Amino acid sequence: MADSKKPKAAPSPQRQRNSLASPRGTGRRAPRLAPERSLLVQFLTHLGHGVTDSLWRLGFAAHFFLAVLLNSGTAFRRFQLTIRETYFSGALSIVIILVSGLFVGMVLGLQGYDTLERYGSSEALGVLVSLSLVRELGPVVAGLLFASRAGAAITAEIGLMKATEQISAMEMMAVNPIARVVAPRFWAGVISMPLLAALFSAMGIFGGYLVGVKLIGVDPGSFWSQMQATVDFREDIMNGVIKSFVFGILISWIAVFEGYDADPTAEGVSRATTRTVVTSSLSVLAADFILTAFMFRGA
Amino acid sequence: MNRATLDLWVGVFVAIGLGSLLFLALKVGNLSFASSSAAYLLEAKFDNIGGLKVRGAVKSAGVVVGRVTQIHLDPEAFVAVVSMQIDNRYKFPRDTFATINTSGLLGEQYIGLDVGGDTEMLKEGDSVMKTQSAVVLEKLISQFMFDKAAGDTGDSKTK
Repeated sequence: MADSKKPKAAPSPQRQRNSLASPRGTGRRAPRLAPERSLLVQFLTHLGHGVTDSLWRLGFAAHFFLAVLLNSGTAFRRFQLTIRETYFSGALSIVIILVSGLFVGMVLGLQGYDTLERYGSSEALGVLVSLSLVRELGPVVAGLLFASRAGAAITAEIGLMKATEQISAMEMMAVNPIARVVAPRFWAGVISMPLLAALFSAMGIFGGYLVGVKLIGVDPGSFWSQMQATVDFREDIMNGVIKSFVFGILISWIAVFEGYDADPTAEGVSRATTRTVVTSSLSVLAADFILTAFMFRGA
Repeated sequence: MNRATLDLWVGVFVAIGLGSLLFLALKVGNLSFASSSAAYLLEAKFDNIGGLKVRGAVKSAGVVVGRVTQIHLDPEAFVAVVSMQIDNRYKFPRDTFATINTSGLLGEQYIGLDVGGDTEMLKEGDSVMKTQSAVVLEKLISQFMFDKAAGDTGDSKTK
């Protein structure tokens, strides 16, 4: 009885000692229980184990975030490292952002016109397109695209570096892998995301202009002037930039964490990549709600 | 990839990103005035502001000359006090008439300034004395219905 109790839940001492090692691997499965335990106790133990495990993981992620921040000196001192990663996560995302921004804007133009026309106010098309892009769609859709394009790549890269023991090799050579590998990727993501979101919004407004003015024939004067009269730089555009900045931090954080935390196997890396896309997409949407609630409550 | 090419592409990326932000700021957000240094504050009291909102436009002869910055209720006189920022380029006479208008049938409400003939101009912190409240559609309709009903009963009495 006492024996069966022993290997229960709670992070094993080994996990606590090496705090930046993977939290998984040990104690993943729920502990075995003696058969005489009632179903209720078993259920509660499972529940408790699940909660402790996810809390532990969250704490680990927060600890990792702090470690990345504390070790970002190199990412700025040797800025070339960050520039290199900005190329991969930012510059190579330009095409997908441009194309999807254009199409989202064009769809907004068509749909918005269809609705506004019923109320005889199709001149407000510019307002509808620009506000929905600048406030919401720009940051959110660019964030989702960024998570699936750049976030997944970062996770896979770091995970594979771990699987092929490149990270351990760095540690052996007294090179801090967090400073050398993780921090530049993190900051590259944080830099890229607001720029990509702004690009997405600008492209979307251009797409809305193409469909609304060039294709359907809304008056270009009122399209632009109503937009300019309604969209406020601080209230709308800067809030959109702040949103995309927050999303950039979230996505990059999740991506580097999942990569660094991946099981060093082919399967582990693939699962970590999936988790990056799922978790960061969900957290972008959740964070968007929270930020919107704070920013536009009174408007 | 060699370093120069890498730098070039990142440079292109950052330039495009900042360029689109600039486009958003200038072309979409119309960031021109609204900085408080180049504007002065005026106040106006209205019996009813209807649907006027903070950041609503202040127009004179149809030209946007400022923005509504604050709206509150005077706790003693129970009238709405609207503060507005007017671009420094535009000065208005002291007997300017402020009205609350609606752009279009369902559009936003804005403050219209009708210029008077006084030679003295309004200064920072001054109050616009002559104002006209917003037209509340429901009141207008109910007044019309009431008049109509009153007219009908009057007719039947004379018969």
